[in-house]
Amino acid sequence: MTQEHPSIAIAAQARGHHAPPMSREKVFEIEDLSVHYGDKPAVKNIGMDILHKNITALIGPSGCGKSTLIRCLNRMNDLIPSARVDGRLLYHGEDLYGPNVDPIQVRKLIGMVFQKPNPFPKSIYDNIAFGPRIVGMAGDMDEIVEGALRRAAIWDEVKDRLNDNAFGMSGGQQQRLCIARCIAVEPDVILMDEPCSALDPISTGKIEDLMTELKEDYSIVIVTHNMQQAARVSDMTAFLIVELTADERERWGEIVEYDETEKIFTNPSDQRTEDYVTGKVG
Amino acid sequence: MEAYRPPTERTRFAVAGARANVAAVLGSQPRGDVIRNNVFAGLLGLAVLIALAGLAALLAQAVVEGAPALGTNLITEPPSTIDTANAGFRPALIGSLMMIAFVIVLIVPLGVGAAIYLEEYADNTRWWNRLIELNIQNLAAVPSIIYGILGLGFIVRGPLDLGFILLAGAITLALLVLPVVIIASREAIRAVPPSIREGSLALGATRWQTTRRQVLPAAIPGVATGVILAVSRAIGETAPLLLVGATVFVTFDPTPLGANGYSALPVQIFQYATRPQEEFQTMAAAGIVLMLVVLLAMNSGAIWLRNRYEQKW
Amino acid sequence: MEATSIGAGGPGRRPRLEAPSRRWGERAIQGLLALCAVLSVVTTTAIVISLVGPTIGFFQDVSLGEFFSTEWFPTFEPPQFGVLDIVAGTVNVTLWGMLFAIPIGLAAAIYLSEYASPRVRKVIKPILEILAGIPTVAIGFFAASFVIPIVQDVWPGGFLGGAEKPFFALAAGLGIGLMIVPIIASISEDAMSAVPRGLREGAYAMGATKAKVALRVVFPAALSGIVASIVLGVSRALGETMIVVLAAGSTPNFTLNPVESIQAITSFIATTATGDIAQGSVTYESVFAAGTVLFVMTLAMNMISIRLVRRYREVYE
Repeated sequence: MTQEHPSIAIAAQARGHHAPPMSREKVFEIEDLSVHYGDKPAVKNIGMDILHKNITALIGPSGCGKSTLIRCLNRMNDLIPSARVDGRLLYHGEDLYGPNVDPIQVRKLIGMVFQKPNPFPKSIYDNIAFGPRIVGMAGDMDEIVEGALRRAAIWDEVKDRLNDNAFGMSGGQQQRLCIARCIAVEPDVILMDEPCSALDPISTGKIEDLMTELKEDYSIVIVTHNMQQAARVSDMTAFLIVELTADERERWGEIVEYDETEKIFTNPSDQRTEDYVTGKVG
Repeated sequence: MEAYRPPTERTRFAVAGARANVAAVLGSQPRGDVIRNNVFAGLLGLAVLIALAGLAALLAQAVVEGAPALGTNLITEPPSTIDTANAGFRPALIGSLMMIAFVIVLIVPLGVGAAIYLEEYADNTRWWNRLIELNIQNLAAVPSIIYGILGLGFIVRGPLDLGFILLAGAITLALLVLPVVIIASREAIRAVPPSIREGSLALGATRWQTTRRQVLPAAIPGVATGVILAVSRAIGETAPLLLVGATVFVTFDPTPLGANGYSALPVQIFQYATRPQEEFQTMAAAGIVLMLVVLLAMNSGAIWLRNRYEQKW
Repeated sequence: MEATSIGAGGPGRRPRLEAPSRRWGERAIQGLLALCAVLSVVTTTAIVISLVGPTIGFFQDVSLGEFFSTEWFPTFEPPQFGVLDIVAGTVNVTLWGMLFAIPIGLAAAIYLSEYASPRVRKVIKPILEILAGIPTVAIGFFAASFVIPIVQDVWPGGFLGGAEKPFFALAAGLGIGLMIVPIIASISEDAMSAVPRGLREGAYAMGATKAKVALRVVFPAALSGIVASIVLGVSRALGETMIVVLAAGSTPNFTLNPVESIQAITSFIATTATGDIAQGSVTYESVFAAGTVLFVMTLAMNMISIRLVRRYREVYE
């Protein structure tokens, strides 16, 4: 019988009770994906389907390639010249790494929020308006900005200082601004790479609430090192682990288990998952 | 964390031993050490004072020797070998300002463009990009007179064949200071954190949109400082201009393409300085004061710009 | 606000992942930017071509043996092309310049990096930057009209033939030294500041004085950067024109005597190329041959200094 970490299990169950019925439509289908930096592997043998309008969490110890994996999903890895991606990665049935696929177009559909809040050194308004302007969105810019800020639940805090520099906001506000900036271009998927790791618990709570609201409209993939966060917010969880060659020369990440979050945290099928989620290792 | 335990007798003994050992290694006469340390500090201070005194003497000498000629005629009157009391630097000053205008027009797009390419586009693992980089570092240290030879061989004569005109001088100066602009702009661009680029690219912006709308605006203060530095270097350069035609004793206002000669402030100073008579030496000194005032104004501008607009990350 | 439904959202609708356009503009811009960068290579190539062309012509009239000997009188009849005279002149002023600049510059660097309080540093560093920004024609004028009389006053009588000449190498050397001090000071200070605090603190913890830490810990650790600054200083000294033209005279002279009038490579180029000489004549070509010698000398120095700077950056960054 699994010795579950009580608070995590409760969080997972509590969320499970109120969760809407899960969509079974697939956003991403990943098969035998591996990423190398130069000749060093970062992740190998990744296979998972990511579901539409769900929150999917990637958890695992540091160095297990969670960030590498999430950066494959909107081709941010293309920016690293030495990175090489092999395997199949379908997005709504289309090969994301197909020959005619334009990474810029991909990133318009699949937005990203980063570990450290990275607002532009501009006004709050211009931070939001930048994306819609470059993708050439039609409509009244003031309305677009307001809409994005409202949906990111930060409108009330900033509506009186839209022309202030975004650097003057608190870390939590900056991160929600970055989420607003991301949804202003109306993406289909939002990738979040440890979005709360630089934030205090109250800001973290706000962002988690926001994610639960946003999944009505968006598919969300989140990398987190915080298991409780994964348990609280996600519908599906993938647990990755660091694999080593015998001589420890090479190390890479692999998926140990991918299942409904509730199952991962209450009744995992793999011993290593259990050890990790119960805090025995990690 | 382990709780603090008071050192045992043995630990204290070991520490004392180590101290004694160190003292023996580093010289055991603390008094001598202190004296030597102070003498050393004094010598260092003296060296700094000598450098500062050199600068002070240079400035003072120029002001004192140039004093009789300091006045508005420096900028309103042409040079003269006859009426030295009313002679000035008007054509040279106009020539310098015109050249600076051309230099800025040339170095801003070319220098910033090269810097953007090297920082934002170039793949550093490619040999040709590393070659370009090494090449720019080298160009930055090529003697200015060699640029004069380049100007003479390629711009005045040879492929461009412009003749001894002001524009030829401006192009020569622009090539001379281009590495300064590139190096300073690269530093300014590199100072913009990668997270800004990622944030922009993740929204679906192209490389150029990211550069144009996010990176460059954030880098502008640094770029501007570099441009001003480069321009102040160009203002003071004399040697290359001697080879590309700024040698005639010009008493009329120059034009960019005028074939009958042009002059520049430092060249005019040089021409006065090579004449041994007292009145010409005075004019040279006054010209130096004028040139330093122009430079001081530009550099203060650069410092103000840096302090006012510098982005703190 | 209604829910978003971009192309990818609904089931059965395939997302558009192709680029909406070929982005020719984007490519054109990248090409233009690359062109800007390539211009530097073009410049170097043009420098080499403009030097080498006439130099080849020069060596059709003058043998290598004659070139690498003494007696440099290209404008005399018959002309003599022993380049070592003006090479010696360049070495002469560089030598005295560096003898002045190295101790002063390094001392200033140690002072700024190890001794000066942040407040003092904030005052002195900009002043050194001002010194670095003084045009060399001004320094040359200063050397000729201020340094020369002073050296003549204090020179011990007939020592080395006496400082009787109206212009001599030492004056130019001191002027060049003044120009080089800020270069050595700022690059060396940079290298010393890059030495990790831990190294210093280790030594201080053992009770070492500041002088010992500076000389035995920081100085050796920053050595490659310090040498780089000196090499770069030498390169600048070799290539300096105006100070030498104004203060060192114009007599080709195979000597390192500081109170002799000399001619450096740069001053030969500056005075000869501006005079009335026929394009294509051997005398005209000798300007380029001398330029080639200078270019090779400074290029060697620059490569050494770039190597060294790279080394210290690699170690501590």
